[in-house]
Amino acid sequence: MKKFTFEEKIDTRSGFGVGLVEAGRLNSNVVALCADLIGSLKMGDFIKEFPDRFFQVGIAEANMIGLAAGLTIGGKIPYTGTFANFSTGRVFDQIRQSVSYSEKNVKICASHAGLTLGEDGATHQILEDIGMMKMLPHMVVINPCDFNQTKAATIAIANHYGPVYLRFGRPAVPNFTPKDQKFEIGKALLLNEGADVSIFATGHMVWEAIKAGEILEQKGIDAEIINIHTIKPLDTAAILKSVQKTKCAVSAEEHQVSGGLGESIAQVLARNYPLPLEIVAVNDSFGESGTPDQLMEKYGLTANDIVKAAMKVVERKAAMKSLSV
Amino acid sequence: MLIENVEKTTTVEELKKIASQVRRDIVRMVHCCSSGHPGGSLGCADYLVALYFREMKHNTQFNMDGINEDLFFLSNGHISPLWYSVLSRAGYFPASELGTFRKLNSRLQGHPATEEHLPGIRIASGSLGQGLSVAVGAAQAKKLNKDNRLVYVLMGDGEQQEGQIWEALMYAAHHKVDNIIAAVDYNGQQIDGPCDKVMSLGDLKAKYESFGWRVLECAEGNKMEAIIETLQKAKSLTGQGQPIAILLKTEMGYGVDYMMGSHKWHGAAPNDEQLAKALAQLEETLGDY
Repeated sequence: MKKFTFEEKIDTRSGFGVGLVEAGRLNSNVVALCADLIGSLKMGDFIKEFPDRFFQVGIAEANMIGLAAGLTIGGKIPYTGTFANFSTGRVFDQIRQSVSYSEKNVKICASHAGLTLGEDGATHQILEDIGMMKMLPHMVVINPCDFNQTKAATIAIANHYGPVYLRFGRPAVPNFTPKDQKFEIGKALLLNEGADVSIFATGHMVWEAIKAGEILEQKGIDAEIINIHTIKPLDTAAILKSVQKTKCAVSAEEHQVSGGLGESIAQVLARNYPLPLEIVAVNDSFGESGTPDQLMEKYGLTANDIVKAAMKVVERKAAMKSLSV
Repeated sequence: MLIENVEKTTTVEELKKIASQVRRDIVRMVHCCSSGHPGGSLGCADYLVALYFREMKHNTQFNMDGINEDLFFLSNGHISPLWYSVLSRAGYFPASELGTFRKLNSRLQGHPATEEHLPGIRIASGSLGQGLSVAVGAAQAKKLNKDNRLVYVLMGDGEQQEGQIWEALMYAAHHKVDNIIAAVDYNGQQIDGPCDKVMSLGDLKAKYESFGWRVLECAEGNKMEAIIETLQKAKSLTGQGQPIAILLKTEMGYGVDYMMGSHKWHGAAPNDEQLAKALAQLEETLGDY
C-alpha cells in the first residue's frame, strides 16, 4: 500500500473559494452569485477582487438559478453558491428547466453537503443531491476529495461548456492530493494499485478509503483504491479495468445509497461485468445533529466500515470461485 | 420577410396585418396537432408583433448571446404557438415548419426549448415563474458587457402566483436592473377560471410599485397604437435606475369571437368546423404556411 501523508487539514469549501478567485483571474467571464452565505461558501476573496462580477441574491435560491441561466446569455460563466440542500432539492425544477434542459453554462457550487455538516441536523445535511443532479441530462456531477482537488476542479469547470454540479463540504479534512494538480472531468484517479479488491470512493470518503487500504493491508488484503471525483460522466473504463483484475468492489460515499455513486457503479457492473459489490453509504435514512465524526461513525461511513465491506466482498468472491470449481 | 439587425419602421397598418396572419397561424397550428394553447397566444399576438416587427432591434441570423441586440424571453411558455409564428414570420426559420408544431421530431416543442436549437429561443420555459429571473440575469449580463440594448420578458398574470416572480422583482429593484421591460399579460384568466376566483392578484400595479418597479398600464393591449405608445414610453424610462413593468390588458382569444372572454380556450384546440369559423374572421396577409 502506497503511503499517503498530509501536512494540514483544511476544508474543501476553502478550496472552492481559492479556486473561484483563480478561475476569475483566468477568465473575465466568470461571475459569482450567492444566496446570503458568502462566508460559508468562502466567496469573500472573489468579491474583494471582482466586486462588479459578484451578485448578492439574498435568501432566494430559485431566483439565483434563473439569474445564473440568464447571465450565460451574453457569455458569462456563473458560479452559484449556497448549501448543497438549497442548491439542489429546493430548486430542482429551476435547474431542470432553466439550466439543464436549456443546456446553460451554469456552475452550481454546493457547500456543506452530507452528514459532515454536523450539528445543524438533517434539514441541512442533504444526502440526495448527487442522485438528483446525476439524473439530469447534460449535468456533470463532481465531488472532489480535498482542498487541492476542489480548487483544481473549481478552476477546471470554467473550461467545460455546460451545466456542472460541484459538491463540497464544511469540515477540515486531510489535504493530501498534489498542489496545483490538473483536474480532468470524468477521469478517475488510481491512488493505489492492488489485486484483491477495488475500492471506489468519492469526496470526503476518499481519505477513509486510503485509511481502509492500510488496515486491509495488515489483514493481508491488497486493495486497489480509486478516487471517483466525477460521478457523471462516470469513468466506466477505469472501473471495469480495475474489477477485471480484482473481481470484487466496494464503493464509498457520503450520500444515500439511493442515487449515489454506488448505484452508478452497480449499474456499470450489472450491465458489463457482474461481481460482488458492497456500497458504503447512508442506508435510506436522514441524518441528525452531532459532530461530523460521531455522525460518520453512527451512519457507517468510516474507514472501518469500508474494511468490513471489503472483507465481505472478498469472501463472496472466494465463495463464488469455489462454487465454479 | 427577412428582418435584419435594425429597428423597424413597419407601419401600424402593416403590423395589424401581420398580427392577423399570426393569429391564422396560431389557430391552424393548434388545430393541426389537436393540442396547445390558443387563448393566451391570440391575446398576446399584437404585443409580440409590435416587439418583433417594430420595437426590438434583433437579428434573425440567430446568435445565442445576442450581443448588441434586444432580447425577448417568454416566461409563460405555453403560448409558444404565438412565439413560433412571430419568429418564423420575422425570418428566423421557414414558416412551413409551423406545421410540425407539437409533432414528433419537431423543433417546435409544445413549450419552447433550446435543446431542439430552434433559432430565436434562448431558454426553455413552460414551468411557470422562471422567466423573469432569467431575463434579469440576461439584463445584468448586458450591463457587464456594456451592451446598451434592452431585455424584454412576457409573463402571464396567473403566473404571478409563483413565488419566484417576487424574488426576481425584489432583486431587480435592489440591483437597479433598469434595462429590462417586463410585461404581464393581464387577461384575468387562468386554467381553472378567472384569476380573481382562483387566487386573487390584488392590486398588481401597487404590488409591483411597492417592490420598486416603475409600472405602466396598457389598457388596450390588443390595440396596436396603444401598445406602441406604451412600449415607447417604457423605453424612454429605461436607464433611470428602476426596472420597468407593463400591465398589458389583453383579451384571451382576441380575434376569434367564440374564443374571447372565457378561460375555456386556454388550452383547447378547435375542431375542423371551429377552425373554419376562426379563419373566416382572420385575414390572410402573408400567405398560409
